[in-house]
Amino acid sequence: MSDIPALARGCAVLGTGGGGDVRTGSLAAARAIREYGEVPLVRLADLADDALIMPLSGIGAPTVSHEMIHSEDEPKRIAEEVERLFGRPPSAVMSSEIGGSNGVAPVAWAAQLGLPLLDADGMGRAFPEVQMVSMYVAGLPADLVIMTDVAGNVVTIRPVDGLWSERLARAVCVAAGSSALMADYVLPAARARGAVIEGTVTRALEIGRATEGASPTGAQAAGRSPADPLGALRDRLGAARLITGKLTDVERRTMGGFVRGTATIEGTGHDRGRTLTLELQNENLVAVENGRVLAMVPDLITVVDTETAGAIQTEGLRYGQRVTVLAWPCDPLWRTSKGLETAGPRAFGYELDYVPVEELTAHG
Amino acid sequence: MADLPELGIGIDVGGTNTDAVMLDAQGRVIAKAKRPTTPEVTEGLRAALDAVLAELGDAQHRVTRVMLGTTHATNAILERRNLGRVAVLRLGAPATTSVPPLSGWPDDLRKAVSAGETIVAGGHYVDGREIRPPDLGAIRRFLDGVDADAVAVTSVFSPAGGEHERLVEELVRAEYGLPVSLSHEIGSLGLLERENATVLNAALYGVAAHVTGALVAALAERDLRARPYLAQNDGTLMTLEHAARLPVSTIGSGPANSLRGAAYLSGVTDAIVVDVGGTSTDLGVLAGGFPRESAAAVEIGGVLTNFRMPDILAIALGGGTVVREQGIGPDSVGYRIVREALVFGGSTATMTDAAVAAGRTPPGEPGWRARLGDMSEGIADMLERAVAVADEMVIDAVDRMALGKSDRPLVAVGGGAFVLPERVPGAGPVIRPQHAEVANAVGAAIALASGRVDTILPAGDSRSEAIEKAKEEAAARAVAAGADPSAVEIVDLLEVPLSYLSEPAVRVHVKAAGPLAR
Repeated sequence: MSDIPALARGCAVLGTGGGGDVRTGSLAAARAIREYGEVPLVRLADLADDALIMPLSGIGAPTVSHEMIHSEDEPKRIAEEVERLFGRPPSAVMSSEIGGSNGVAPVAWAAQLGLPLLDADGMGRAFPEVQMVSMYVAGLPADLVIMTDVAGNVVTIRPVDGLWSERLARAVCVAAGSSALMADYVLPAARARGAVIEGTVTRALEIGRATEGASPTGAQAAGRSPADPLGALRDRLGAARLITGKLTDVERRTMGGFVRGTATIEGTGHDRGRTLTLELQNENLVAVENGRVLAMVPDLITVVDTETAGAIQTEGLRYGQRVTVLAWPCDPLWRTSKGLETAGPRAFGYELDYVPVEELTAHG
Repeated sequence: MADLPELGIGIDVGGTNTDAVMLDAQGRVIAKAKRPTTPEVTEGLRAALDAVLAELGDAQHRVTRVMLGTTHATNAILERRNLGRVAVLRLGAPATTSVPPLSGWPDDLRKAVSAGETIVAGGHYVDGREIRPPDLGAIRRFLDGVDADAVAVTSVFSPAGGEHERLVEELVRAEYGLPVSLSHEIGSLGLLERENATVLNAALYGVAAHVTGALVAALAERDLRARPYLAQNDGTLMTLEHAARLPVSTIGSGPANSLRGAAYLSGVTDAIVVDVGGTSTDLGVLAGGFPRESAAAVEIGGVLTNFRMPDILAIALGGGTVVREQGIGPDSVGYRIVREALVFGGSTATMTDAAVAAGRTPPGEPGWRARLGDMSEGIADMLERAVAVADEMVIDAVDRMALGKSDRPLVAVGGGAFVLPERVPGAGPVIRPQHAEVANAVGAAIALASGRVDTILPAGDSRSEAIEKAKEEAAARAVAAGADPSAVEIVDLLEVPLSYLSEPAVRVHVKAAGPLAR
């Protein structure tokens, strides 16, 4: 695991507009690999049944983590606490969330610990809340959360359920200066089967490699990039193209503590005359054309630059950008009733019954 | 001769030309000149200065101010030349150790600039608590072991509280006698981008001293007793002392000067400005007479920085852009246009030729059309297509900058402004002010002095008091940059609420500006 730029591009695509900027995590990962050596990528099947998997994620306010960057000692303290509690050290690090910065940073954390990275994560994309992970959907108890901060504090929480884990973790995070590293759902490999989404690190890498070398400054002419980065990306994702056009409006408003917004894309070329609106929170949640929903959470909706196929985060959306909106199916786990209850459209406040993206776009 | 009202000279060193103008006390342009920019930039500067002074005869003593906008700092970074060696010091440990200073820098720039890097204890949390007190012992050990021309200090959350950085500045000045660059004076939140800008700033101290030295020498040689100023990236001026401390602020002054000059010459304070040069066209937006600033981080020499820069869209289109069968540019004949373009008897078809063939000629040059003479049908077709392609590029770029508001007028400036069409869909009327070809030098000549503060303040009961303090600080910084204390005004105040914090907080940006003190 050494191709950090490709992994970062892939994680940005899987971030579906959210998940945080991949830059700082990429720098940390590149540096940790130089310092501690490469990180082996292992599959769940490679691990012994009792091998402990340690899912890690950074939580907090993006403004803060962009300024008060993580300490290098944080993963070590969490690993030590895991060993104290379980009587054995963790065998692998797992990304809790493959989308955005939390998809790249685990490479740094694994390198610092000298551990392999598990080719899996807990979302297959990015979601904003602590309980929105596959382990919760699979019914594993959220009975242990370990957190640490830049100062060296270690907090172990034994919450009674997922809601309490979210509430208490937030409180600790604020006290720690609004940024912390967290492990939740530490679990032996035997219990991870069916409770994590496998193959997602490889998938992020492949997504990133599909658009390798694409840049807006004519790298294509230099023969270093695919002739059609957008087509390569669509093929790799198996994504439907919802629209290609120009971003003509981005509206943001604060609602219930979250920044909500709507982005409007007017079609160009083949799509001239069409208008797509995207409902955003941290992530792209629902795509609508003329009152007809074309895709909705938990399926993945990503806005990419039409020329380079690079993902654009929701806070990076600007008037005038030439963009293509892609949508593709989420992991089957999110389509179970517990999955939809956790992260379906109603979990985000939309009065919509979930319909899979492939059905919505099949007769378009 | 009786003492006549004072005069000011503005000079802008661009990529192709160095422009100079002289303004009288009423702000009228009474002399202007364009000279090629020389590799050793100061020669072009002297030539342009001499050209406008020649119009004055022996009344040079009436010139009281000279304002210079220069690309010296930008070029030094791009070419990795004349950069100082910087001791890079970050206060934040145990936080921030996962990404050390200069991570992600191009190797050659890092080699040219870094005298050593370290992270020591210090810095603040978002709520103002100390992460740790600054470790002065570790700072001394680090500085004892490096051979540096300057020190760059970045402390976590310093835009909200710069005292740790100031403490280090005192120590370094007193014990090591080195100049110090403080991150809270340079960039906003976002540690790595602010640190990068701070290191570049410290690396530019020598370049700044060279430029200011050359300017002072040029004035002295000509027996000018004018006060010199440098233009900065927001379209305002700073004293040489201020420029010596913040040389990185001169980066981006060229486009900012064009925008300010365009506003002044056209009398329009809200507009799209299109500045057509020899090799490229810069588009910017005037809001309240000042350049709209970029919301995104800006890359300089391969390094991401976060100090505020004008929001500029540059496209590869200029008067010297080469026209071919297959299309136009992106290459340009640059300053060789006076030999190579068809209208000058050369053999290269350029955008200037295409524009002239379409009946668009520079003001005062109606004879240019005749110079093209009879062209073959093939050439005529090619030039006609080039104009259509260029117009599409401009229309598209204007649309991107206008953000959907189509009523703003378009002010056309720069030596190649005649290339632009009479109407641009997506913008209001096209205004072509007099002296538009030297708008950037005019912008330098009329500039105000300014100061800014970018910080985090509590959103609760103490909010209004804290904002008043931030305004006072911005005004004090404007005065430090040369503004008249009695005429400083707050020209920009921006509040952005922050989420997920223990106490409600707002991010505040304040800018003050005022005319130069006499």
